[in-house]
Amino acid sequence: MSVKVFVPCDAAALSVGADAVARAISEQIAARRLDLTLVRNGSRGLFWLEPLVEVETPRGRIAYGPVSADAVPGLFDAGFYEAKPHPLCLGPTEEIPYLKQQERLTFARCGITDPLSLADYISHGGYKGLQRALTLTPEAIVEEVTKSGLRGRGGAGFPTGIKWKTVWNTPGDQKYVCCNADEGDSGTYADRMILEGDPFVLIEGMTIAALAVGATGGYVYIRSEYPHAFRTFRRAIALAYENGYLGANVAGSGKRFDLEARLGAGAYICGEETSMLESLEGRRGQIRPKPPLPAIEGLFGKPTVINNVISLATVPIILDKGSDFYRDFGMGRSRGTLTIQLSGNLKHGGLVEKAFGLTLRQAIYDFGGGTFSGRPFRAVQVGGPLGAYFPESLLDTPLDYEAFAALKGLLGHGGIVVFDDTVDLARQARFAMEFCAIESCGKCTPCRIGSTRGVEVIDKIIAHQNRPANLQLLDELCELMVDGSLCALGGLTPFPVLSAIRHFPEDFDKPAPKPLAHVGERAQETQQWR
Amino acid sequence: MSQTSTWDTDRALARIQELEHLPGALLPVLHALQEEFGYIDKAAVPLIASALNLSHAEVHGCISFYHDFRDTPPGRHVLHICRAEACQSMGCESLVEHVESRVGVKLGETTADRSLTVESVYCLGNCALSPSVMLDGKPYGRVSNQVADFLIDGVRRRA
Repeated sequence: MSVKVFVPCDAAALSVGADAVARAISEQIAARRLDLTLVRNGSRGLFWLEPLVEVETPRGRIAYGPVSADAVPGLFDAGFYEAKPHPLCLGPTEEIPYLKQQERLTFARCGITDPLSLADYISHGGYKGLQRALTLTPEAIVEEVTKSGLRGRGGAGFPTGIKWKTVWNTPGDQKYVCCNADEGDSGTYADRMILEGDPFVLIEGMTIAALAVGATGGYVYIRSEYPHAFRTFRRAIALAYENGYLGANVAGSGKRFDLEARLGAGAYICGEETSMLESLEGRRGQIRPKPPLPAIEGLFGKPTVINNVISLATVPIILDKGSDFYRDFGMGRSRGTLTIQLSGNLKHGGLVEKAFGLTLRQAIYDFGGGTFSGRPFRAVQVGGPLGAYFPESLLDTPLDYEAFAALKGLLGHGGIVVFDDTVDLARQARFAMEFCAIESCGKCTPCRIGSTRGVEVIDKIIAHQNRPANLQLLDELCELMVDGSLCALGGLTPFPVLSAIRHFPEDFDKPAPKPLAHVGERAQETQQWR
Repeated sequence: MSQTSTWDTDRALARIQELEHLPGALLPVLHALQEEFGYIDKAAVPLIASALNLSHAEVHGCISFYHDFRDTPPGRHVLHICRAEACQSMGCESLVEHVESRVGVKLGETTADRSLTVESVYCLGNCALSPSVMLDGKPYGRVSNQVADFLIDGVRRRA
């Protein structure tokens, strides 16, 4: 039987040469007339080891990495396809501590299967959740998801089951399930990995959601910065249609569910659910005031479930293994697993799926291996551009929705970005305001104007102009943005700003730098964006 | 190399007609036109408005709202440099400075020989391998100044 060799097709793996490695392997297979099959899998999420090449053996998959195209002939000379030793050999993949210490539920298949092989998906437990869902009433599916304790993984942490119940209880001739794959937070890539590495799990999760609320149509809104994810997911949808898992008769049940992938257009705000709806309807992505909730009046005015990729991709395993199985992971009111994405200045950046409760320190040091630069750790931003900056002294905080909220931070979508001691938190605070100015949809004044005023005030603080008064002004501006903004963009931008001031006051108390020639320029740029 | 071609009303109409039946078709239509021509010509606005029963203002407003859509042709190649926090932690701002001085234009601009447009992007989702860039839709991670030079020189030679 032909032995399988795996080279990931995940965009991060491609970014460090996975395609060249795959080409080199194909050439060697042909030249040496070997009975090997090259499979392009998703990524295991151990990105510092990418391109991670695996070979299937009787004792499981053996990993080699990071493999460059130049190293491929040497791997063949050493007989890696028979799991022979080589300096790049990492041993059995599953035994790599980084992976072994995880609890992979949502990502159970990611990196193992060929993302576009439905047969692979099904032979690794795929569509079992849907099978069970088809034997249940909609109320029972909603009940199962509610009991699992699953909360929205997009950032807000709202209980998924309760959202579904609202949509089920709202009468409508047409209902929709929308998946928010506008993963714009810096430091996050879990949605992308699912779209590229295990797309059928999302299709299955959305199909179950549709059954639970009585929806027949669905959209996945994928950001344009993810062209590979968009292409892979579109192909997965086509395959699901061809094989009767989407369309008029889902898995022979007589139930209809149609699904379409739509491409965003570079607007961070479209990760906010009502902006996403506007964008899907063909308009500027400006947010809608709530109420009405999208669950009652959503896409095209119809009752709509909107969930993040990870929330929906977690539904199949909950239906398959039961709510108790999932709820038994986690701590307090944060049940199940969190997909932590280790990013930025870290030696071992990658995806860590773990029960809630791991501390930041464990994530950064035990998994992340400390800073990439080797310089001392200084700050960590958790939860994307709207998340707080934390210092060393808060690293024992457990990764849990409530624990972060208590520290005026947020867990968000699980992104952890580490900075070494070269970071200037005053500049980071300025960037938070600048980003809000660039990405504000313009609907509400606190966000649209407040962010630009915020950049100006921080510039004055950095330039040592009347610091006490300007810090006071910034504090008041932040209070206004938190209280007065319509959505989380304006409402949470003060989190990184205020946390930087609170935890790193010394960065706001330095001598003025040399005149910043580019400050005015950047402000003009910001204006042009508007 | 980016696929771009000169504006052609018939081809534009054909692309619009392929998609106009979709609910909320405006973004798919704009993406299709930008894919076809590399930008969305002003002449497209009335065509789209009439096909989708929208006002010119609604179409123009949408084109100007989204960072992706251009109303002027880009260079033959497009380099996106990520400037979000994860890449900042790995020194993307000095990479930006290096690239700007190498190609002689600022982010958001196109070189005089029309070979390259350089743009900011806020997150490519490759945050464990920062700094990250995308050249004509292809991702590159752990991009040093030398790697950036190699990429830029490669496409500018071919251009």
